[in-house]
Amino acid sequence: MMNGIALIIACALAVGLGALLILFWAIESGQYDDLEGDAMRILIEDSSDRDAKK
Amino acid sequence: MGAVKAEARTLTDLTSFVQHNAGGSARFEVQVKGARCAGCIAKIESGVKAIPGVTEVRLNLSTGKLHVAWHGASVAPRAILERVRDLGYEAQPFDAGETLNESEREGRFLLRCLALAGFGTVFVMGLTDGIWYGGIDLSPALRQAFFWLAAAVAIPATLYAGRPFFLSAARALSRRTTNMDVTIGAALILALGLSLYETVVGAEQTYFDAAIMLAFLLLIGRYLDYRLRDKAQGAARHLLAMQSQLARRVRADGAVETVAARDIAPGDRLLLASGDRVPVTARLEEGATEADVSLVTGESLPAEITAGMKLEAGTVIVGQGVTLLALARADQSLVADLARLLEAGRQRRSLYVRLADRAAKLYVPGIIILAMVVFAGWMAAGADFAHATTYAIAVLIITCPCALGLAVPAVQVVATGRLFARGLLVKSGDALERLAEIDTVIFDKTGTLTRGSLTLNNREALPPGVLERAARLARASQHPLARALTAEAGMGPVAVGVREVTGAGLEVEEGGSLRRLGSAAWCGAAGGSGSELWYREGNAEPVHFDFRDGLRPDAPAMIAALRARGLRIEMLTGDNEGTAAAIAAEAGVDAWHARVGPAEKVARLEGLRAEGCKVLMVGDGLNDAAAMALAHVSIAPGNAAEVSQLASDMVLRSEQLIGVAEAYEVARKARRLVLENFALATLYNLVAIPLAATGLILPVIAAATMASSSLLVSLNSLRLARP
Repeated sequence: MMNGIALIIACALAVGLGALLILFWAIESGQYDDLEGDAMRILIEDSSDRDAKK
Repeated sequence: MGAVKAEARTLTDLTSFVQHNAGGSARFEVQVKGARCAGCIAKIESGVKAIPGVTEVRLNLSTGKLHVAWHGASVAPRAILERVRDLGYEAQPFDAGETLNESEREGRFLLRCLALAGFGTVFVMGLTDGIWYGGIDLSPALRQAFFWLAAAVAIPATLYAGRPFFLSAARALSRRTTNMDVTIGAALILALGLSLYETVVGAEQTYFDAAIMLAFLLLIGRYLDYRLRDKAQGAARHLLAMQSQLARRVRADGAVETVAARDIAPGDRLLLASGDRVPVTARLEEGATEADVSLVTGESLPAEITAGMKLEAGTVIVGQGVTLLALARADQSLVADLARLLEAGRQRRSLYVRLADRAAKLYVPGIIILAMVVFAGWMAAGADFAHATTYAIAVLIITCPCALGLAVPAVQVVATGRLFARGLLVKSGDALERLAEIDTVIFDKTGTLTRGSLTLNNREALPPGVLERAARLARASQHPLARALTAEAGMGPVAVGVREVTGAGLEVEEGGSLRRLGSAAWCGAAGGSGSELWYREGNAEPVHFDFRDGLRPDAPAMIAALRARGLRIEMLTGDNEGTAAAIAAEAGVDAWHARVGPAEKVARLEGLRAEGCKVLMVGDGLNDAAAMALAHVSIAPGNAAEVSQLASDMVLRSEQLIGVAEAYEVARKARRLVLENFALATLYNLVAIPLAATGLILPVIAAATMASSSLLVSLNSLRLARP
């Protein structure tokens, strides 16, 4: 049983750290810099917004 | 404000705003004003993208910054600026330099801290709290292993995520003062240290979860506060961009070059077209024109400028284009004087002690004394040193101002969000606190209580069709009266071949007769003076157009609402007594002063301050900026001069004045909620402190009460979102 717990804890830690790293990457790549703009962009209805996101 | 220093580097033309990267790509940043919606994003981005050569366009709606990139030297930065302006938005080149990321970096840093603290909280609570809830009986060895694992996560996570508090506490201590962050930092370190000690000796309880959760909850408040400040800084960014205004200089050889305003030296000859803003104090050498001086004096009618007259920076040429002789450098001109004044006002205002800090002044020494009393009490009662220390530290951790750290930012974010939705931009959180304290309101007249633009007063009395025929001439001119006439008539055609005679009016040969629009003398009528236009076709009787600056429709309602709150209301204006009395009566203001210049406005503000009054100043012109910087708090209407918008704490985004009354209501409610939140936090402490001091509190209870008091405070703050 103790082995099971150790495994679960290790998995939880790995998954949590992985998610954290992905979030850090997202923050660094500027995805949280313009929350208002991103909320508005969803309303733009043509292909140019896909180009602009490059 | 590293941006100001970055701006000091000499710029000769627009190309120095362009940043070239290795590989031949170039970047250019433009500060765009007026973009607010998805349509704006699409319009600007696709418009700029259509310029040949541009590879990348991205508008940040939160900061108003447009980022443009291209390869090679094929794109002229001027073309980008002009394209954005053609689309109907104000645009200024922005010196990206070092300023670019200062605020963005802070936001990203806080977000990283918040994420790490959140992860740490969940993980550590999962490890340690399960033990206290019972259910499984762990052997002491296994429990200790769990605690070590918790330590391995909680200690690095708390030290990293707690940096905003540690840094702020260190700054305060180095200035030999204390703030809330000193307590927070101490509580975090002591909680970690105590827990590590307990883990080493194999005790049954640790505070790892409390420490990391404390950091998490406080970071939420800190991030909300940052978002608020970031929005406010957008306005400051616009001023920086404005200082990079451009001018056209005539060289000795007669060629015209584009220079930055701050590179203009006295003696330079500047070329200004109709519609251009005078960049520095300058003199008109020859010829004549008309200028809109409303930003400088508040006078809504254009002034006639003849050779030899001096023009202040900020004046807008509305007559024909002229060549001016620069008399001063940009940093010695009126706008720069005002900027310095604003800085002085800002510094004075930074002395304002925010509510949370006032609370901290009582709170910090209070709980340190309490902790020492607990320690002394246990020692006196015969406890050993280790136990007495543990209980004292438990008091510090439990009283750490978690709810207090959330109480103010949560309320202010909700309050500014609500006001923003109603068209009012609040530039700082403490502006709301200051607004709640006012007892006197001072209004400027022109452009604040009134629209600041002229409207036709005798439309009904006009012969049919005359307005439309006169507008055909008026559309050819930039003159404020002509524009007012155009605005009345709406869209329509322009007459061909209109001549404009400065100081007189317009004329055109059409329909077999000479048609004239302009002053009474120009049309051969016996007229009065001031806001009127005359129109004459051939030898027909001249038609009279009477203009006046009308009151904003909701001004009386706004004044009545403020008066109902028991505020003293006054109006100051540079205009004459007759107009002032009429407008004051219409608006419902009974205390007013006419013919008040900028200096007298400042004197009046200082007088009121000496009496101990806390004044809200509502004004729009450059002439109000000094008084606004001096007031306890200030509001500018959206049509105000940029400098006044910057000097003010809040900016109305719509034409409606009622926002002033609403802002006051919300500010008062926000203050009440903050105090309620403080009361809730105190209540929590009253329950928790005796438990901690007597050693009865369990870490799980500490964690639960901490979280629930924060939740309670947040929910209480949300009540403000309801109308």
